[in-house]
Amino acid sequence: MTTTTRPPSAAPERQDQWTQRLRGLFGARILGLVLALAILIAVTTLLNPRFLSGQSVRDILLAAAISVLLASGMTMVILTRGIDLSVGSVLGLSAFGTATFLSEYELAVPLAVLLGVVIGSLCGAINGALITVGGVPPLVATLGTLYLFRGIVYFWAGGSRISAGDMPRSFLDFGTARILGFPYLTLIAVVMAIAVGVYLARYRSGRDLYALGSSPEAARLAGIPATRRLMGAYIMAGTLSGLGGVLYAARYGTVDASAGNGLELDIVAAVVVGGVAIFGGSGTVFGAALGALLLTVINNALPSLGIDQFWQRAIVGALIIGAIALDRIVAVRTAAAARKATTHVH
Amino acid sequence: MSTDTPLRTADTAPTAPVTRTRRTLGWDAAIIAVTLAFLVVASLGVEHFGTARNFGFLVLDLAPILLLALPMTLIIITGDIDLSVASMVGLTSSAIGVMWDAGLPLETILVLAVVLGAILGAVNGFFVAVLGLPALAVTIGTLALYRGLSYVLLGDSAVATFPRSFTGWTIGSVGWMPNILPGLLLLVAVFAVVLHATPAGRAIYAIGANVTAAAYAGIRVMRTRFLLFVTSGAVAGLVGAFWTMRFSSARADNAFGLELTVVAAVLLGGVSIFGGKGSLPGVFAGVVLLMSLQNALRLERISTEALTVVTGSLLIISVLLPNVLARVRTALRRRRPPEPDQTPTAAPAAQRKESP
Amino acid sequence: MSEQDQAASTTKPPVLALRDAHKSFGAVQALRGAHLELYAGESHALVGENGAGKSTLIKVLAGVHQPDSGTIALDGEPVTFRSTADALAAGIAVIYQEPTLFPDLTVAENIFVGRQPQGRGRTIDRRAMNAAATELFTRLGVPLHPDRLARGLSIADQQLVEIAKALSVGARVLIMDEPTAALSGVEVDRLFAVVRGLREDGAAVLFISHRFSEVEALCQRVTVMRDGQHVSTDLMPDVTTDELVRRMVGRELSAMFAKEDVPAGEVVLEVEGLTREGVFADVTFQVRAGEIVALAGLVGSGRSEVVQSIFGVDRRDAGTVRVAGRVLPPNRPRAAMAAGLALVPEDRRQQGLILDLSIQRNITLPRARQLATLGLLTGHSERRSAAEWARRLHTRFARLADPVATLSGGNQQKVVLAKWLSTEPKVLIVDEPTRGIDVATKAEVHRLMSDLAARGVAILAVSSELPEVLGMADRVLVMREGRLAADLPRAEATEESIIRAGTGAAA
Repeated sequence: MTTTTRPPSAAPERQDQWTQRLRGLFGARILGLVLALAILIAVTTLLNPRFLSGQSVRDILLAAAISVLLASGMTMVILTRGIDLSVGSVLGLSAFGTATFLSEYELAVPLAVLLGVVIGSLCGAINGALITVGGVPPLVATLGTLYLFRGIVYFWAGGSRISAGDMPRSFLDFGTARILGFPYLTLIAVVMAIAVGVYLARYRSGRDLYALGSSPEAARLAGIPATRRLMGAYIMAGTLSGLGGVLYAARYGTVDASAGNGLELDIVAAVVVGGVAIFGGSGTVFGAALGALLLTVINNALPSLGIDQFWQRAIVGALIIGAIALDRIVAVRTAAAARKATTHVH
Repeated sequence: MSTDTPLRTADTAPTAPVTRTRRTLGWDAAIIAVTLAFLVVASLGVEHFGTARNFGFLVLDLAPILLLALPMTLIIITGDIDLSVASMVGLTSSAIGVMWDAGLPLETILVLAVVLGAILGAVNGFFVAVLGLPALAVTIGTLALYRGLSYVLLGDSAVATFPRSFTGWTIGSVGWMPNILPGLLLLVAVFAVVLHATPAGRAIYAIGANVTAAAYAGIRVMRTRFLLFVTSGAVAGLVGAFWTMRFSSARADNAFGLELTVVAAVLLGGVSIFGGKGSLPGVFAGVVLLMSLQNALRLERISTEALTVVTGSLLIISVLLPNVLARVRTALRRRRPPEPDQTPTAAPAAQRKESP
Repeated sequence: MSEQDQAASTTKPPVLALRDAHKSFGAVQALRGAHLELYAGESHALVGENGAGKSTLIKVLAGVHQPDSGTIALDGEPVTFRSTADALAAGIAVIYQEPTLFPDLTVAENIFVGRQPQGRGRTIDRRAMNAAATELFTRLGVPLHPDRLARGLSIADQQLVEIAKALSVGARVLIMDEPTAALSGVEVDRLFAVVRGLREDGAAVLFISHRFSEVEALCQRVTVMRDGQHVSTDLMPDVTTDELVRRMVGRELSAMFAKEDVPAGEVVLEVEGLTREGVFADVTFQVRAGEIVALAGLVGSGRSEVVQSIFGVDRRDAGTVRVAGRVLPPNRPRAAMAAGLALVPEDRRQQGLILDLSIQRNITLPRARQLATLGLLTGHSERRSAAEWARRLHTRFARLADPVATLSGGNQQKVVLAKWLSTEPKVLIVDEPTRGIDVATKAEVHRLMSDLAARGVAILAVSSELPEVLGMADRVLVMREGRLAADLPRAEATEESIIRAGTGAAA
């Protein structure tokens, strides 16, 4: 092969430019999130030193744990151009299930935990089957199961509530236990998020999820097994929501049929703020987890700052819009730069 | 049909087998039939369902969903979505409470509520149509933003001192006819005419089916999409006023979570989430079916929350069933030699639209 | 199946053979007896008119479609490709007309998607992947960075990434579906050099193109298809281009329809200094009533962008457009329509038609307002108008209410023409008006354009088909790299002069 026609003379310059831009693009969002977190924490601590007290930090870490879990699953699904609106209901079903298994059927804790997670996986499998086999658009399918799963919890609960006293001590201890000052629950969430992150970044099937979201048509031509991958993503999202439900039961002790109601929008918000493109193909679990953490910190910082708690939702809303507007601006800039780089080549 | 005759002359007879799409009964026709059947069955079989009193309640329960579903239908047909509708209802409701506390006359307030709704909708429209951001993400953002602002306005207090003359009229009726019904039906008619019998309606379908070709045909895509979001906001403002008067209470959490029911009703009515397809009669039937089913089940003393199972199942079935039927048909076809009257190519895979 | 007389020179069985393949989509028989045999170290051209079944044949070989009947043999052994993955595993790489990359993945990942080199614990070894990609790019002589995202790559670069992908699987069969349609001359040369190298290394190449000069330059053997059937396979030197064309069409080519001479009238379209940064610059020309002006040049020279900007669907950064003396505001297609401008766009399926909507809705869409009574459309006026214009253009269809997607390509183009002619334009801009339609319809479209010019319509036609340009145009404007390179009156316009102006090939 001696077919070099265009001398690669321009290469080094263009390479540098591109790696830089790539890093810049990836880093910008992460950097922005970290910066926002740092400023928020700094300002809050300055005004209210108790914000960084051990208890307050633990509260934040506990609260973030469940969001991070669900956001990891949501990331997988949104990367494929999908969405899972049922996460809050799945969490509710699993939390209520776990609590019931423990209180009413008095199952052993590990078994109840396992069953709680399996409930999540099953819900995810239902979502996946509706979407891949049934051909129902993800938004519609998971909007439907949002109602369906929630309705099942209501039927099951029939207005009852399971309180901490009904559950074994060991299970509740697990909800508050710490290792080196870190709550167990937070560690579980971090480990799961890292696992999902590594899977998405470093495994072929993980990269397939990006490919599916980036161009479904090209994925088909490249022989990517779309059905299997999508099923996997939805089952994983369901499983993580199920695990989130178990953690919810352990942490709060009291579970009723409305556990996790409305959570789906907070999770979507965290993921979008974390830089995952709502139409798939790009974003990282790391970003999504940072997004979830940021929203949690805002939630907890407002009272410390003496700002009315009622501002929380409004701020979240503004953040979502700001994040997607920022993405668009960056995309337009990058496209313009790319045009300049390629014009007049021919 | 004299104008059609030249088309059937010998020289224009197709040489290649022109494929005829078999006219299958559209989903909207099916849902209308199902709705009518259900209403008949429920009136006969469910105690109290057919009474004037229950009819009044049904209309009151149905009104906000139906009203919000009207602009939502148009928006989803253009391929967008507006998830912030319930939050706009909540925010206008809170604003009504604040303005009433400030001593403004109620007539003025109600007009301002609609104006405020339109402004909120314009903000959505600006981000979606003008800046080209994805409607799903933007309206999830404003869902949180508007609900948050409504809490900022009213906190968790309620304003409930509205005059009887207004609140009483809203829930009142003349004989079996609820006071709000004529206005409600008029709005349905207006939206139906706009969608099905005006150039604007043609533009809405065209944008949803192929936004590029619509722009090439001289349709003002940005303007149309923007105005639809404004309309959605204005209607949400109207619903905010209705909601506040009906329950005689302005609260920040009014209509919380209603957006998903509205979307569910619209999709149940046969509108495609990908845009380009759907009809208002279908959506009307979808709303009536959903709400009267809930009403009937409630009369049968099934808990309100458990009714969400019905909403969810209906929504899934409405999309799943046609797909499954199509599959069964293809499977049957494969066993037999190909019939001559089939569509030549598989419909292009439904694709999620990305805003430009 | 043993009409192997011409292929007798080869003793080994073909690397890939398709025999007597049939494939139907509903009522449409896309393939009905297709044959193809590809030999190692040989480039094989597949030619045929649009709709002859070439694309379906490729998709059968690529595992996208499964044939209803017929066999595929790999090295003489029968095989079945259930999916694209099967075909890929068998060493068959396809480069489609429109590159199919993942915009959000890096260039290296695009090459190796699904086959990324793995390190410990089956994780992807990015360093090895990037090194392999760099090596491929060096082989191809392309200065692409493996970590660059595919988003924003030029078409030529995208195609090179696809070729790198084919190289990386060690493709024994490389199939290319009109790979040169969007490439400039230099890029085509580079592509061919790469393909020749592959062939010398023993790959079998299937090349689909409408450009006979390219077929002659690259291929040893040529197969002609018509109506989904195999017509002939010959060694390249044994057949003339005329003969190939005759077999493609299935009958003698009648002389290209020529435009009647009409005295040119007033200037109706005036374009002055039209510029869009990085796309085209300082485009100035006029078109008179009754004139047909062709806008020629290579694909990518900015022709379509110029007409889209004139019509207002694309932005412009500078310059003015006047129709009958009226200045058109930028980005306002509606104002352009009101001034009497119409644009039949390049991409019929994406820009010209709304495939899911009915024929009637498509034809009447630009005139919905005029057809309304008191702002209302009852459907009656639309139906009458659509029927009238469909009849005038001899459109074949079953019912006006059928989705336009059910029509053949030629009839779809007639619907687009009906849609715009019904607006009774003073200036008609047509972009590739006869692309992808059958010969008979082509002639109809040419006659139509001539008639319109005779009635005083000013016509601006973008076309890549030189015979069409030469037959129809009173004047030929040639674009090169975003600028008008020549304005040739009919007498001076020849294939040579146009190509020379379009490529800047002074030498």
